[in-house]
Amino acid sequence: MVDYPGVVKPPFRLSMLVYDRRYRSLTIQAVVFILVMLVAGWLVDNTLRNLAIMGKTFSFDFLFRRAGYDIPQQLIPYNSDDTHLRALVVGLLNTLQVSILGCISATVLGVVVGVLRLSSNWLIARLMTVYVEVFRNIPLLLWILVILAIFTEIMPPPNAYRGDNPQAGMLFFDLIAPTNRYTAIPTLGMTNPPGTIALGREGISWAFVAYAVAIIAALTIRYFVLRRAKRLQDETGRRPTTWWINLAILLVPLALLTWHFGLHLIAPVMRGFNFVGGINLSNSFVVLWLALTLYTGAFIAEIVRAGILSVSRGQSEAAAALGLRPGRTMSLVILPQALRVIIPPLISQYLNLTKNSSLAIAVGFMDLRGTLGGTTLNQTGREMECMVLLMGIYLLLSLLISGGMNIFNSRVKLKER
Amino acid sequence: MKKFAFFGTVAAMALAATGALAAEGDTLKEVKARGVLNCGVNTGLIGFAAPDANGNWSGFDIAYCKAVAAAVLGDPTKIKFVPTTGQTRFTALSSGEVDILARNSTWTFQRDTDLKLDFVGVNYYDGQGFMVRKDLGVSSAKELDGATVCIQTGTTTELNLADYFKANGMTYQPVNIDSNAEGEQQYMAKACDAYTTDASGLAATRASFADPENHIILPEIISKEPLGPAVRHGDNNWGDIARWTLFALIAAEEYGVTSANIDELAKSSTNPEVQRLLGTTDDLGKMIGLDAEWAKRAIKAGGNYGEIFAATIGEQTPIGLARGLNAQWTQGGLMYAMPFR
Repeated sequence: MVDYPGVVKPPFRLSMLVYDRRYRSLTIQAVVFILVMLVAGWLVDNTLRNLAIMGKTFSFDFLFRRAGYDIPQQLIPYNSDDTHLRALVVGLLNTLQVSILGCISATVLGVVVGVLRLSSNWLIARLMTVYVEVFRNIPLLLWILVILAIFTEIMPPPNAYRGDNPQAGMLFFDLIAPTNRYTAIPTLGMTNPPGTIALGREGISWAFVAYAVAIIAALTIRYFVLRRAKRLQDETGRRPTTWWINLAILLVPLALLTWHFGLHLIAPVMRGFNFVGGINLSNSFVVLWLALTLYTGAFIAEIVRAGILSVSRGQSEAAAALGLRPGRTMSLVILPQALRVIIPPLISQYLNLTKNSSLAIAVGFMDLRGTLGGTTLNQTGREMECMVLLMGIYLLLSLLISGGMNIFNSRVKLKER
Repeated sequence: MKKFAFFGTVAAMALAATGALAAEGDTLKEVKARGVLNCGVNTGLIGFAAPDANGNWSGFDIAYCKAVAAAVLGDPTKIKFVPTTGQTRFTALSSGEVDILARNSTWTFQRDTDLKLDFVGVNYYDGQGFMVRKDLGVSSAKELDGATVCIQTGTTTELNLADYFKANGMTYQPVNIDSNAEGEQQYMAKACDAYTTDASGLAATRASFADPENHIILPEIISKEPLGPAVRHGDNNWGDIARWTLFALIAAEEYGVTSANIDELAKSSTNPEVQRLLGTTDDLGKMIGLDAEWAKRAIKAGGNYGEIFAATIGEQTPIGLARGLNAQWTQGGLMYAMPFR
C-alpha cells in the first residue's frame, strides 16, 4: 500500500478484518492455521490419552530386543538371535534392492517401449500400445498375484529334478534350474582364493577389490587414450583406431586375474529338499521385481513418448538434412531435448515404484513393510511406534530419491540462454 | 455464512470423534446397548471357524462366541463375526473393533502383559506340528534339515520354528504367508516341503484336502500352544463373563448337563453345583451383571464343551481330533472348571 499525502487513512475497526479486502486474506489464513493446529493437537492428544488408558507407553526399546524370527531374503547376515533393529535394516535393504533394480529395469523397458510406440512399423507400434494399456490399467497388486501364480503353478517343484531320470531338466549346460520356489543359478568359486577383508560379520574378498581396481584402472587409461585420439584427430584429421586398445586394457588384466584366482562357476546341485551350492534367487523377489518393472515401465513409456513428441519436428528434419541416421538422430538430437520434459514426471514414477514395493508382503518378500511393519509389529505389539518409524523411513527414502533426481534434472535440462 | 457453517461442521465432527474414540469403559454395557456381540475369529479354518456357502459361520471357536452372546444378549445369533488374520487379530481387539477374540490364539506371557490382553482360559490345549507329503519319505521333523517350510507370519509358531531348527542345528527356508488359505495353496503347489502350525490346525487343513491320505502329520510336537479366548486388559467384569462362560461349558460336561437334558435338569436336579450353575438356586449371574439363567442359555446355545468338541472337531468329524489333553480332568485330561460357588 502506498501512503498518499493528504489522504487520511480510515481508523482501524474490528469489522475491517472481515469486510476489508486488505485484511480479509490475513484473517482467513490465521483462522485456517489455528484450526489446523487444533486438529493436529487434538489428534496427538487423543492418541496419547488412549495409549495411556490402554496402559501402553511410547518407546522404541523393543528395537534392541531379540527378534526371534527368520527372514528368507537377506543381504546382510541375519539370524533369529539378532535384534529387531537388524531385522529392520535387513528389510530396508531388501526394499532398496528391489526398488533400485526396479527403477533401472523399468526405465530401460519404458524408454524402449516409448520409442517403439512411435515406430512407423504398424505392428510394433500397436503391440506396444496393447502392452502399455494392459499394464497401466490393471492394479499392480493383481499383476503381482498373477505373476506369482504363474511362477508357482507352472515351474516344477525342486523334487522334479531328483533321481536318475528326473521329470525336469536343468537349463544351460545344467547350470540353471527354475523351480516354483526359486531359480537356482550358479555361484562363483575360486580354487586359489586371496583371503578376505573382515568387515563386521561379512567379509569382502580381496579378489573383488582386485577386479574393481582393474576395471577402474582400465576406465582411467581409456580416458587418456580417447583424449590422445581426439588430439591426433584435431591435428591430423585422422582418428587412430582405439577400440582394440581399450578392449585389451580392460580384458587382459581381468583374464589374468581370473586365471590367477582360478575363478569358475559352481553349478547348483539337488541335495535333500532343495538345490544347494549355487544361489537360489527366490521367486518372491523375481515376481515382485518383474511386476514392478512391467507396471511402472508402462507409465514411463508414456512419459518418454510425450517427451519425444514435445521435440519439434524441425529438429529431426534438420538432423536428417545433416545426414544423421535415424538411430543417431534419436540418441543425439531427440532424446537429449526430450529429457527436460521426461525427467520431472519420471521422478514421481520412481517414487511410486519405491512406495509400491511395499506390496511385497503379498508374495512373502520380506521388505521393510514385511519385517518392521509386519512381523516385528506383530510380535512386539508396538503398532504406533512401528508405523511412525515405517512412515518416517519411507518419507526419508522418497525425499532422498526426489532430491537426487532434482539435482540430476538441473544438470541435464537445457540451459536457456 | 457458508464458511461459518463449514467451521461449525468441522468443530462438531471433532467433538463427535472425541466421543467415539474414547473406546474405553464398560464393554458389557456397550454390547447390551449395541445388541450385537462383535467376535473376532479366524478368516477360515475348517472346524474352528469357517463360513459355509451361505455365509453362516460354524466351528469350535464360533460355538464359544455363540455361548457368550447367549449369556449376555439372550440370543446366540446376535453376533457379528469379524474375520481376523494372525497379523490383525490383537490390534482388532485392543482398538475395540471386536469385544472378544476367539481365534486359536496362544496364551503367552508377552501377549497377556505387554500387549495388554487378558486370556480368560484355555479352550484347546495344542502344540505345534509339521505336515508333509507322504511321498517325501520323511517320518520325523528331525529329517527336515534344508527343507522349505510354509509359516504364517505374526504367530508364535514363527518363533517356535526358528528356535526348533536352531536348537537341532538344522537350517530351513521359510516361506512367509498371511493366512491359512494361502498356506494351503502354497503347500499344495509344492512351493514348500512342510507346512507348520498348531497340530489341530494341521488336522483341520488336511481334512479340507481332496487327498488327505497322501499327507502325514509328523509325530514331533515342538511347543506348547494353549489356545484360548482373549479380551482387553482392564475391563475385569467383561473378562469375568468371558472366563465363566467358558467354565460353564466345561463344568456342564463334567456334571452331565447337555443341551438335551438341560431344561429337565434345571427343574429336577438335586446336585447343588448344577442348581447353582443353572441358576435354580443362588443368583450367581447377578454378581457379573447378568441374570440368573445366563449359564443355562450359554450351554443351550451349542451344548456343553464335550458336545461342541464332538460336533466341530471330534473323532466323528472329518477333522478327527481325539480329546487327548482336552478331556475332562476326571478322564485324565486338563479341562478343569473352577467351582461354581
